[in-house]
Amino acid sequence: MAATDRQRLVRSGLFLLALFGHQAIAATLPVDNVDVLYHRYEGGGMVIDGPSVLVRKSIGPQVSVSGQYYVDSVSAASVDVLATASPYKEERKEYTFGIDYLHDKSILSLGFTNSSENDYEANTLYFSVSQEFFGGMSTLTMGYASGWDEVRRVGNDSFSEEADRRNYQLGLSQIITRNSLIGLDLEVVTDEGFLQNPYRQNRYIDPNDSTAFLYQPERYPETRTSTSVAVRALYYLPYRASLRGEYRYFSDTWGITAHTAELGYVHGLNPHWTLEASVRYYRQSEADFYSDLFPFENSQTHLARDKELSSLSGTTLALGAVYEWKQTSLPGIDRLQFSLLVDWLNFEYDNFRDVTAAGDFLPGDEPLYSFDAYVTRASLILEY
Amino acid sequence: MRSVSIFTVSALLVATVAVSGCSSVKPWVKPYERDNLADPVMSLSRHGTADSYMHHVYQARESARGAEGGSGGGCGCN
Repeated sequence: MAATDRQRLVRSGLFLLALFGHQAIAATLPVDNVDVLYHRYEGGGMVIDGPSVLVRKSIGPQVSVSGQYYVDSVSAASVDVLATASPYKEERKEYTFGIDYLHDKSILSLGFTNSSENDYEANTLYFSVSQEFFGGMSTLTMGYASGWDEVRRVGNDSFSEEADRRNYQLGLSQIITRNSLIGLDLEVVTDEGFLQNPYRQNRYIDPNDSTAFLYQPERYPETRTSTSVAVRALYYLPYRASLRGEYRYFSDTWGITAHTAELGYVHGLNPHWTLEASVRYYRQSEADFYSDLFPFENSQTHLARDKELSSLSGTTLALGAVYEWKQTSLPGIDRLQFSLLVDWLNFEYDNFRDVTAAGDFLPGDEPLYSFDAYVTRASLILEY
Repeated sequence: MRSVSIFTVSALLVATVAVSGCSSVKPWVKPYERDNLADPVMSLSRHGTADSYMHHVYQARESARGAEGGSGGGCGCN
């Protein structure tokens, strides 16, 4: 099974945005709203779709509470699944509860997320403080999140492992001119525990037949620490449109470094409609203990053939249309926003070969794997 | 010893400049000059949950994680 996909999905969760999503309006509580999303990911043999509903309501002038329900319905037949297991279907549900407290020019946020599926349970508690200063031109946010997960394995009731995680976040948003602003973000994440995929395997050359290969379980280090720094800049053009540039550098103790660059453009057609487009490029090096094909069984302490740990590059082209209606005549609704967003993603692996490719190949001679995917999001936000 | 004293003097100089700089520099973009910054086209997290979903997608496919932001955007004046 593609458990790593799922573990990563779980670990990443949606709480990070919940943590940072408010600081755009620091010193003002988030507006009461209902945010409904339908999301669909299709590509590389995977279809993942489902709804998300978030409801936010203020209680008095200083407190705002929110609750979110999110579902991933997974139908998996990815290259990893096809190589060593059978296609499967499953569902992951996530609940998040949060509370924000406004005090003078700061906002304190506290929240909890639980995500569960048949073989993975993830919990995250987060806390952040956002402070506006320098006449509202600067906003500093500090966040901390602590996660504890339980990893199980379908078909083996006695299998149960734990993974813990801590996130430390620091963000600065700075107005530069009346038409431009920048954001700086730093995040350190540490993991400890069972960090590998209990289903995925790696391969090594069959000692009795060099034209064949055998599989063995993955074996990852039990700790990982990563650091990311990102800079973002937004510029308001001479007409109603904006240009956005982003760069992120990533490095971790598994020997992976990554660069992400993104350029976006948003164009206001009229007071109701805006169109947007963006291009994103991602590149990473491989983990120290990664190999597409190990020379023999247990040839090193840590063994991985998870394609996400291979060196790879990814490109995204995105288009979107947004309809916005301020001061609506709808009863009880102050503002409505509907967005349709479509992203095309392409991933090319430099050192992960497709063992399911048709044809006769010697181990290590199979074609390199690549795939593309479409991500569709339909979002409706109602402010009341 | 000499290098320590040079370091100390440099640090004091930097600190002095920083402190005096802070006291003399005033916020130069006034709240009433922030209407462009308050326009939704200048938001980094305009789509709410839909934005966080994309971070989720990337974290599942890529090793890099963190510093996805959402910082910036808006102007603190609404």
